[in-house]
Amino acid sequence: MAGVVSCAFFFYSKPLTKRTRIKNPMEITLKNITKRFGTLIANDNINLHFTSGRIIGILGENGAGKSTLMKILSGYQPQDGGEIWLDSEQAHYRNPQGAVSSGIGMLQQDPLDVGAFSVLENFIFGNNALPTLAKARQSLAHITARFGFQLNPDDLTSNLSIAQRQQLEIVRLLALGVRLLILDEPTSGISASQKQQLFSTLKELAKNGMTILLVSHKLEDVVALCDEVAVLRGGRIVHTAEMPITAQELAKTMFGDIKPPPPRHSVKREKPILRLTGHLTGGRFNVQVSDFALYAGETVGLVGLDGSGQERFLRAITGLIKPQGGKLWLKEKDHTHTPYRRLMREGVFFGASGRIEEGLIKGMSLTEHTALLTEQDLTIQWQRAQNLTQERISHYQVKGKPQSLIETLSGGNQQRVLISLLPDTPTVLSLEQPTRGLDVDSASWIWEQLEARRQRGAGIVFSSAELDEVLAYSDRILVFFDGKITVIDDVTQVNVDRLGELIGGGA
Amino acid sequence: MTKPMQSVLFALLPIAVSLLITALLIIIVGNNPLEVVHLVLSGAFGSSTSLGGVVNFWMPLAFCVVGLVVTFRAGLWNIGIEGQLMAGAIGASYVGLFVRDLPTPLWILLAIIAGAGAGMVVSLIISVLKTRLGINEIFGGVAMNALVNVYSIYLISGPWQPPEGGSAQATQPFPREVWLTPFSQDFPVSLPYLGLLFGMIALVSVLLNNTRWGLQLKATGKNPRSALLLGVPIERSTLTAFLLCGALAGMGGAHRVLETYHSLRPLISGGIGFLALLVVLLAGARLLWAVGIAFVSAAILTGSTRLKIALQLDASLANVLQGLVVLCILLFNGIRERFFDEPRAD
Repeated sequence: MAGVVSCAFFFYSKPLTKRTRIKNPMEITLKNITKRFGTLIANDNINLHFTSGRIIGILGENGAGKSTLMKILSGYQPQDGGEIWLDSEQAHYRNPQGAVSSGIGMLQQDPLDVGAFSVLENFIFGNNALPTLAKARQSLAHITARFGFQLNPDDLTSNLSIAQRQQLEIVRLLALGVRLLILDEPTSGISASQKQQLFSTLKELAKNGMTILLVSHKLEDVVALCDEVAVLRGGRIVHTAEMPITAQELAKTMFGDIKPPPPRHSVKREKPILRLTGHLTGGRFNVQVSDFALYAGETVGLVGLDGSGQERFLRAITGLIKPQGGKLWLKEKDHTHTPYRRLMREGVFFGASGRIEEGLIKGMSLTEHTALLTEQDLTIQWQRAQNLTQERISHYQVKGKPQSLIETLSGGNQQRVLISLLPDTPTVLSLEQPTRGLDVDSASWIWEQLEARRQRGAGIVFSSAELDEVLAYSDRILVFFDGKITVIDDVTQVNVDRLGELIGGGA
Repeated sequence: MTKPMQSVLFALLPIAVSLLITALLIIIVGNNPLEVVHLVLSGAFGSSTSLGGVVNFWMPLAFCVVGLVVTFRAGLWNIGIEGQLMAGAIGASYVGLFVRDLPTPLWILLAIIAGAGAGMVVSLIISVLKTRLGINEIFGGVAMNALVNVYSIYLISGPWQPPEGGSAQATQPFPREVWLTPFSQDFPVSLPYLGLLFGMIALVSVLLNNTRWGLQLKATGKNPRSALLLGVPIERSTLTAFLLCGALAGMGGAHRVLETYHSLRPLISGGIGFLALLVVLLAGARLLWAVGIAFVSAAILTGSTRLKIALQLDASLANVLQGLVVLCILLFNGIRERFFDEPRAD
């Protein structure tokens, strides 16, 4: 505890205007870290050594064990075996607070702040070394000025962008005297310029003795930032190397060879399988859909800033919400008032982005999920449902058993289950960020499955924050901005930069 | 510690701890806990007549418990169970008081059906308030409990009061033909009604575990948003779960008037609905466990009525024990979650 107090005291008592020296740089050694979840070995005898002042990339596909390892290091989970050594002492913390006291702090993918608090309140949260609010304000001002962060101490945290919330969390951890900073996918959801700022901050911190672990599956980030990398696969360290290494070489150590996106195909636009008209309203938008038509075998990508109406659009074409003053037709039949459950029988399927919150059911087994969709009789033939589940598990290479509860599977495997629940020959697939949070390999696997269904005649509409992905797979793109939808009919005429401009409202 | 060992330990420990505390309380007030145990046990199981008393208290409780397992499966807090039970008693009383000239079996059957129907009406109101107007079932339930209670008092002191004048104590007794026939003088339990109960337990067990409806109910209860996307008619699940529970509670209420009181009285439920909620919570909404725990509760409550006479101990000791068991189970669940459960991979 004394360590935190003195470190934090150091930060506020010596204004950080000139240098941000990290007091007592720290060597971190992981010895034989092992973690099991039931029969799954998430971390298998991991040995790593981190020297201070370096940025280390922790790489691996989904389910490789990166998150588990970082959670152990930052005190969110205890390890089953192995030791963590900080300098020449063994660490024995049991929770995140303990880890922070030892100088290890983690910046979560979704920053763990309190939305109802102001920036200043979040800043002092859990920090006992800031005696008065005035001192805290001063300390906050110093650190933010040092890094050029735009943080108003009195703003409500819920009004901040993800990038600002990250900055706040970094500032908070710095004030707590953290000497090892772990960042989990810090660049998802922030803009290119914000990313540049974050990177320069991290480089600055490293120069001053901070050790930084960057967990990411964005290889270009790792190439741009890291001094060394450690690659995990199946819970083991399979590769460690000094940078520079190219992104291609990195990808190879992670996955083997990557499949290229599918070649362009042509869509026959004769009879639409689906049409939508009407207004879609939400918190801050009112989108006019004049006449959207979807054709069999076509993939339509939706782009736009978060909350521009794409989510509503995806739900409206599947009957989950009703377009105001408009209609929904499926194969030229009016289905405006048909509930989603009935449209499912026509082959319409909606997939939400939050897998476990919306789509899968915690506390139910894989077999129960299958049975919900396939068992149409009054009584359920459990044996039949279980056999079908077993078939799908092997076909879709899900790591799990028919009787496994869905929440015991890793995120990537949950996504596979969700895909396995899709009908084989759907009419319309409406998918909200179908590859969110997945690595390149898992994402391309998902697209293989979707492409197969498209070739069998499905119309696919999907949203994504990854513009590369939208450009690679879409036949048409709808850009959502300020209540209007701009249609890009010829995808070959735009690139990522142009698309980025359109999203921001550029002409 | 192995997993199954842990489960057994965490099932037994809270009960042991609460028994220990109760024993201490008994010692503090100057009595012998063993004597109390002996009295309670003999009060419950000492003779076939006392056993009959236990069973008769258990039956309406068990009907409610079975119904609540259904609503819990659908993720619903059916506080309104008390009102559904009372409504069942009112419905059956109507048939007992105003229907005449039916053969006994048919008459009783009609009374049971009326009880079940009345229970369904109350639960239907609560569920429609929830699904159509978004009023939480807890609020709807509390309101209906109060309403049905007031309505029963109104009936007893108003339109249904005995001809000799209202004492507001009870309606006049039903004709003998509509009383449930006890198996014997020594074991005053209606076997057909017991059969009905077991039939309902079996039915609900099959419905929950082997039908599409039961699976949809489970999905709705665990995550309605996901359930909707997996094609579950969540409104219908909520509605039907409520209706089934209302019918079962109504049958319990009918038993209260046809077997125990033979007339309609104020507060006819005697808190059985709330006790049933407690039991189902203790059993973690597992059907057979819940029915079993209901029997133990009924035995302890019935048995402890003799404490007052024999030891000058208040019979509410049984309630103290019950409260302690609930607290201890919650406490130990908390301890288990905090210290023994593995966090899961993500």
